[in-house]
Amino acid sequence: MSDFLMPSLGADMEAGTLVEWLKEPGETVKRGDIVAVVETQKGAIEIEIFENGVLESYLVEIGNKVPVGTPLAIIRGKDATIEEAKPERKAEAAKTAEAAAPQPPECVEKAPDAPAKSSKTPRIEGERLRITPAARRLAAQSGISLEMLSNASNDIISLSDVEERIGGTVASEKFSMRDAIAAAMSRSKREIPHYYLSHTTDISVAVNFVAETNKNRAPEERLLLGALYLKAVAKALSKYPEFNGHFTDNVYHESSAVHAGMAINIRGGGLVAPAIHDTESRDLNELMTAMRDLIIRVRAGRFRARELSDATITITSLGDRGVDQLFGIIYPPQVAIIGIGTPARRPWVHDGILVPREVATLTLAADHRVSDGHRGALFLRAIDKQLQSPEAL
Amino acid sequence: MKPAEIQIALKEELHRIAPDIEVTEIDPAADLREEFDIDSIDFLTLVTALGKRFDLAMPEADYAHMGTFNDLLTYLVGSLHK
Repeated sequence: MSDFLMPSLGADMEAGTLVEWLKEPGETVKRGDIVAVVETQKGAIEIEIFENGVLESYLVEIGNKVPVGTPLAIIRGKDATIEEAKPERKAEAAKTAEAAAPQPPECVEKAPDAPAKSSKTPRIEGERLRITPAARRLAAQSGISLEMLSNASNDIISLSDVEERIGGTVASEKFSMRDAIAAAMSRSKREIPHYYLSHTTDISVAVNFVAETNKNRAPEERLLLGALYLKAVAKALSKYPEFNGHFTDNVYHESSAVHAGMAINIRGGGLVAPAIHDTESRDLNELMTAMRDLIIRVRAGRFRARELSDATITITSLGDRGVDQLFGIIYPPQVAIIGIGTPARRPWVHDGILVPREVATLTLAADHRVSDGHRGALFLRAIDKQLQSPEAL
Repeated sequence: MKPAEIQIALKEELHRIAPDIEVTEIDPAADLREEFDIDSIDFLTLVTALGKRFDLAMPEADYAHMGTFNDLLTYLVGSLHK
């Protein structure tokens, strides 16, 4: 018997509102299954389970806002050995639930093959509801169920649809995405002694490599420079572990795997930097697939809890419509953020001759509690070096 | 396929990527990425969707002809009536 807990949602969020159960009591669950969805300031977050077993019972009801770490459900282990229930943790769950949580049901052993069917569980069948992140947030804040908004034409539900439903009275309500960002960045500026480095480099080889690779590829197989950046940073980190990890409780814990957080702009305002797990062990095509998948889900306002809490370093690229360079703010508990400015054609001395080249500025903001500028500079140069051999990425 | 139908399809695909922006409110002769606030990965998603929908290769070398809503529409109409 174990508890299925509300996971960490990253540095800036302490609680989420349970909005959907995707498994019912009595159902078998296996590692990696999405069991529940919580609504947060950053959109809907899917909560995965990390063990095999049977969902015994819910401990939190839909609509309740619960802090990180709260038990959400009881999971009976696969081996069905009956362990002691943990009444003290359940009591804690009831205590910490912000809203008036229902009493956790008594932990009664049920016959394993007696599925308890609950018709009350709201559940969207078939294709996921198509709704913009801003609309989803407003709906959640206004207590409007997503079912009420689903429309026959299967159009994407927009903010104005939700406002219409509410009667337009909440137009002045502030979205809390800004609050979440403000909280994390204030903490960063308060706690982390940042230092900043900048390095401008010729990335023509990488730009040409992408163009050459894409020449005969169908759109769905094409590469973007962003995938090269991710891999170049991940490879460079192998020799600079002091930039890849978490600083928690005054101790730096370096991570053996690189989970690169990719900063993604959210339409309508805001920003998230979910992790692409094991960046260092994926090739460029796999990274492109992961990036596309992540962006589609972020745009739809739906991602997984571990993507928000696992990132070990953040990479933020200004893309092709930005400016030369950016000065990043570290997302705690991480210790570094790499910024990549918009590539531009600039005069450059190449092989002793002044010629136009594609130039981009890389920046690093890092945590002085863990590293110094000397190592930071070497790290930035190592990323540059990786970008000069794109075929090896 | 008639140009009017192609235009409707293009609007649908743009709406999928930028649901918060009304096609009626943009300048069809201005930079498409600026008007719809789409980055390179959104643009690639758009090109992928249009390529699949119309069975076109949409090569990267042709991106220069897809700079505005009008350009992209002209490009699609031209490619489909070759």
